[in-house]
Amino acid sequence: MSALTVNTALLRKMLVGFVRDEVTKVGVKKGVLGLSGGIDSALVAFIAAEALGPENVYAYTMPYRTSNPESEAHAKLVADALGINYQVIEITPMVDAYFALVPDADNMRRGNKMARERMTILYDHSAAVGGLVLGTSNKTELLLGYGTLHGDMASALNPIGDIYKSQVWALSEAMGVPREVIEKKPSADLWAGQTDEQELGFSYRDADELLYRMVDQRMSREELIQAGFAPDFIDNVHRKVQGSHFKRRLPVIAKVSNRTIDRDFRYARDWGK
Amino acid sequence: MDFTVALAQIKPKLGCLADNMALAEAAIEKGISDGADLIVFPELSLTGYFLKDLVPDVALRLDDPQIETLKLLSRRISIAIGLVEVTSDYRFFNTALYLEDGEVRHVHRKVYLPTYGLFDEQRYLARGDRFRAFDTRFGRFGMLICEDMWHISAPYILAMDGATTLLCLSSSPGRGISEAEGLGSAGAWQRLTSTTAMFLNCRVFYCNRVGYEDGINFWGGSEVIAPSGEVAVRGAILDEDFVLAKVDEGALRRERIFSPMMRDENMALTVKELRRIERDRGC
Repeated sequence: MSALTVNTALLRKMLVGFVRDEVTKVGVKKGVLGLSGGIDSALVAFIAAEALGPENVYAYTMPYRTSNPESEAHAKLVADALGINYQVIEITPMVDAYFALVPDADNMRRGNKMARERMTILYDHSAAVGGLVLGTSNKTELLLGYGTLHGDMASALNPIGDIYKSQVWALSEAMGVPREVIEKKPSADLWAGQTDEQELGFSYRDADELLYRMVDQRMSREELIQAGFAPDFIDNVHRKVQGSHFKRRLPVIAKVSNRTIDRDFRYARDWGK
Repeated sequence: MDFTVALAQIKPKLGCLADNMALAEAAIEKGISDGADLIVFPELSLTGYFLKDLVPDVALRLDDPQIETLKLLSRRISIAIGLVEVTSDYRFFNTALYLEDGEVRHVHRKVYLPTYGLFDEQRYLARGDRFRAFDTRFGRFGMLICEDMWHISAPYILAMDGATTLLCLSSSPGRGISEAEGLGSAGAWQRLTSTTAMFLNCRVFYCNRVGYEDGINFWGGSEVIAPSGEVAVRGAILDEDFVLAKVDEGALRRERIFSPMMRDENMALTVKELRRIERDRGC
């Protein structure tokens, strides 16, 4: 049995409790999220609906003209299953207006711009409805840096940031996320036919088995090789984790005073909550 | 004597003394109306746990009016409660007070301040320097704060000092999800409280908080352990709870007859060997 197998009933209780507690303690009762049609945001929608009540969850699908129509259909399937508030907001006009100014931008720049466009829409709607933006990045993506800084990685609270993709699949099954969403290949949907695993060059299942041992269990490289992981795979994943660490940190501040934010001015975010 | 203990498995607010004091007073009133003789609160119940730079802002001197309030309430029910204490030389301690009959009967300052993994206590707090048992109207007690209990010498010293009841005030973060029924940290604690009771033929009253601070959950599961190591009662996991248990003097007496390990414990040998080790290490 995989080391990643989890007690989904207990995990569900922890994550639902987390959303309920951390949202309500700041004095609001609503959650806002982007619903891509993929499994991560579907699971967060399920957790949020259970924690806050479907009437307090606001989900937005924000397609670009090249997005796969199936994504929007899947997002709607999730929203309908839960009875949460749901709206589709096209980002094509804003994104195209910008890239008319910089027509030579490559796919990565375009993908990042779209992710950040969606972020600004979510934060605007969080102000409009009076709710917190819920993050939908899982631990695998966060460790690999497979996301856009200040884009899909931006949120107020992230209920799934400490669970691996394999655990997202398991919890989604347990919570009743629609089958179509669970079974399809993970995709950032930046261009037709794109899949995460193709782009990364390895499967999430393999990455999770390695990351769990590397990060959670702190196994050495020698121990990982002994456990049967290929040295190239270990080095590739380690490089991704190290190379993307800046995405998981606040901006670096030049220290000149005696009390610098986050260095020697340290408070929990739940300060006074 | 037989008595009733209440474990107040509360959810303190981080850095909010007044709110937490109100929470404590409400729990104390509930304890009194439920017929409890003793109420135990979690570690840092008046302040919350991940205080960081808030430590000096929420610290209380032992002559603070809020402690006077607790003293007054202790005329009606004995109270074990956790707070940040500041001394006149401005050291800040993670402290547990035992209040009874209108007085502070015992002050325990946490000795083992975890500073690893997600913990950073020694950065902000001063370390206590003693484990002492003390007399209460229910017999001789010892108090431990969370990590203290993970050092086998700490409950041992209290038991050798005559304690037959150990109180452990805790703010234990829940972590280590697996396919098991409970969290890794919860399972480890449950083995620890039970084993400690069994080794030392002592009762253990373990009170752990609930709630979340910056995404870190506290798992609750407060429990009353009989001197045999059996769990008499256990509180809810991850939810607020108010655990009440009748404590039977006879169970302690019988356990100490069946399993007289503490009677037979050879303190002179232990001390002699520890002295030798100390000498050998050149301490």
